[in-house]
Amino acid sequence: MEAGAIKKTIVLKGIGVSPGIVNGRAYLFNCQDLPTTYYKLDTKVLVSKEVKRFRNALKASSRELLEIKERISRKEGIEPLFVDIHIMILKDKMFIRETVENIRERRVNAEWALKLTLVKYRDIFKKMGDEYIRERINDVEYVSERILRNLSGKSCEKISDIEEEVIIIARDLSPADTIQINTEKVLGFATDIGGKTSHTAIVARSMEIPAVVGLERVARQIQTGDHVIIDGTAGVVIINPDPEILKRYEDKKKHYQIMAKNLIRNAALPAVTRDNYRVEIGANIEFVEEIPSAVSHGTDGVGLYRTEFIYVNKEQLPTEEEHFLNYKRVVSDPGLKWATIRTFDLGGDKFVSDPRLAEEMNPAMGLRAIRFCLREVDLFKVQLRAILRASIHGKTKILFPMISGVAEIREAKKILCDVKEELRNEGVPIDENIEIGIMIEVPSAVMMADKLAEEVDFFSIGTNDLIQYSLAIDRVNERVTYLYEPLHPAILRLIKHVVDAGHDAGIKIAMCGEMAGEPFYSLILLGLGIDELSMTPLAIPRMKNIIRAATLKESKNLLDTVMSFSMVKEIEEYVRSYMVKRFPEDFPINNASYR
Amino acid sequence: MKEMKTFTLKNELGLHARAAAMLVAVSSNFKSKILFERDGKEINGKSILGILTLACPKGSSITISAEGDDAREVMEQLGNLIEGKFGED
Repeated sequence: MEAGAIKKTIVLKGIGVSPGIVNGRAYLFNCQDLPTTYYKLDTKVLVSKEVKRFRNALKASSRELLEIKERISRKEGIEPLFVDIHIMILKDKMFIRETVENIRERRVNAEWALKLTLVKYRDIFKKMGDEYIRERINDVEYVSERILRNLSGKSCEKISDIEEEVIIIARDLSPADTIQINTEKVLGFATDIGGKTSHTAIVARSMEIPAVVGLERVARQIQTGDHVIIDGTAGVVIINPDPEILKRYEDKKKHYQIMAKNLIRNAALPAVTRDNYRVEIGANIEFVEEIPSAVSHGTDGVGLYRTEFIYVNKEQLPTEEEHFLNYKRVVSDPGLKWATIRTFDLGGDKFVSDPRLAEEMNPAMGLRAIRFCLREVDLFKVQLRAILRASIHGKTKILFPMISGVAEIREAKKILCDVKEELRNEGVPIDENIEIGIMIEVPSAVMMADKLAEEVDFFSIGTNDLIQYSLAIDRVNERVTYLYEPLHPAILRLIKHVVDAGHDAGIKIAMCGEMAGEPFYSLILLGLGIDELSMTPLAIPRMKNIIRAATLKESKNLLDTVMSFSMVKEIEEYVRSYMVKRFPEDFPINNASYR
Repeated sequence: MKEMKTFTLKNELGLHARAAAMLVAVSSNFKSKILFERDGKEINGKSILGILTLACPKGSSITISAEGDDAREVMEQLGNLIEGKFGED
C-alpha cells in the first residue's frame, strides 16, 4: 500500500462455510511470505557458524512442535500423529545432512540450503505413484516453513496468544492451528484454501463464527490491522469498506443478529403444529464437534450421523476403539434424546487409497454402502461392534444405507446378530433392543416398503439419492441437474407410498435428505405424515418456526390438492403461492433465494 | 554383528505415514546402522522421508539389515511390528 493513499475497498468472493456477519480488524496469521534470502559464505568460520545457526533453528522448531503436541494431547486427549510426523521430519538424518552439505559445499546460507533440499524432495515426491504418499510433501513443506521462520529470528506465532478481538486471515489453517484457537478473541475467519468440509469450515461452524474459505488470494491482499467485513452467509469478504458499505453491513449485521436471536430463542421449543401434531427434529452431522451447535439450534436428537469421516482422510483404517470413542461421544451427549448412526455409506475406493479397488464408471450405482459392507464383512463388523458397545451409553439407533430389497437387510441383520452374540460371549454389555432402520433411497425399496417394514423398526427416506435414482439423473452431470425436482409428482407419490406402508406396519418414518431441511417443503412434508425430519443444524430454527405456525389440517389439504396435479411446475407454483401468502415474512414475494 | 532379513508387508496400507512413523520410532532407539532395501533402492531405516519414498504397498517385500551390537534386537522389534501388521487389525 502506498503511503498516504486512501485504502481502496476490495471485495472478494469465496465459499461461505459458516453464516453470520462480522466486522473488525484483520490479523494475518503466519502468512508473511518469507522470501528466501541468498548469500555466499566467504570463510570457513562463517560456514561453520551457518551450520550451527541451522541446527539451532531445528532445535527451536522441535521445541515448538513438542509444545503443540503436548497442548493437543492435553486438550483433546489424543496423540496427534501429524505432529509426530513433523517432528520426525525435523530430526530426519537425510533431510538434515542434505541441508548441511549444501551449506558446506555450496557455501550458501542456511535458508538457501534448506530451499535446495526442499526442491529436491518436491521432485522425489512428485514422482511417487501413490497419491497419499505424494501428498506427504505437504508435511515437508510445513516443517521447512517452520525452520525458515526460526532462521529469520521471528518466533512462530501462536494462535492461542492473540490478545485482541480479531478476524483471522490466513492462507490456510492447519488442524494444529485451529485446535488451539482462543474462541473469545476470534470473531471470524477468512482463508485462501478450503471448502465446505475443510477443517477450518468445521471448526468455524462449531464455534458459530462467520467464515469464508476458498478466497484464493485474501492473504495477499489484507494486512494486519486492515478493516474487514466477513459475510459468512453470502461468502463475501470486504477489505477496507468505505463508510457507506460499512453502514449497510452494520444494518445487515443487526438484522441478522435479531433474526438469529429470535429463531434461536424459539429453537428450543418443540416442533408442534398449532393443531398439536408433533414432528421430531433431528440433526444431520458428520463430526462430533457439530453437536453443541445442533443442540443450541434446537435439535431433539441426531437423525443422521454420517460415519464416513471416520474412514476418509485417514492414514490407516480406523480401529474399533476409534469408532467407539466417536459413537460414545455422540450417543452419550445429554442434549440429545437419541442418535441414529448410519453405517459406512461410500464406495470402497474411499477407504484410504487402496489401489486394488478399481475406479468405477458409475460409483453412485456401484459397489458401495451396504453392498460393500456385505462383501467386506470383517470391516463391517468392526463398525457394528463399536456401535453396539456405544449403545449402552445412550439411546442409539443403527441405520443401514442403500438397501434395495429384503435379502440385503436380512443379511445385514444376520451379521449384526453374530456381532451381538460375539459381544455377549465376551461379556461386553450392549443394548439388546437397539433399534435398526434402513435408508429408503433406492426405488426398489419403495416398492418393497411393506415387506421391508416387517424387518425393521424405522425407515429414513434419503431424498437426495431417491430423487436421483427415480428420475434417472446423474447429479454430477450439470446438463441434467435441472431435472432434479423434489416436488416431482412421482417423488411425492413414492414418499407417500413409503409413509403409508410404514405406518400400516406401525413403524416410524424419518427423512434425512436435503428436502427435509428446506422450509419451502415444510407443509408438504407435514401433509405426507413424516414423523421425523433430520437436517443440517443451521436449518432447524427456521424449519421449526414454520411448523409451529402451521397446522396439520392445512398441510393435508395442501398435499391433497397438489397430489391431483400432474406436473412439477403446477405443484411448485401452487405451493409457492400458498407459502408466500401464508408466511409472507419467511417467503418475501420478490426474493428468489428460496427454491 | 550383522543381521539381515526379508519381510513381506501384509498390512492393508503398506508403509504409509503411520507405519513409517512406527518403524522410525523403533529404529531411532538403537545404535545399529539400519538399512531398508526394496528393488535395489536402499535407504536409512531411521529416516521417515527415506521410508516414505521407498513407497512400499501391501505385498511388497523389503529387506532390512542392521549392523551393530544391538542388531539382533533391532531385527526382532522391527520384525514384530511388520508381522503384527502395525496393529492395523
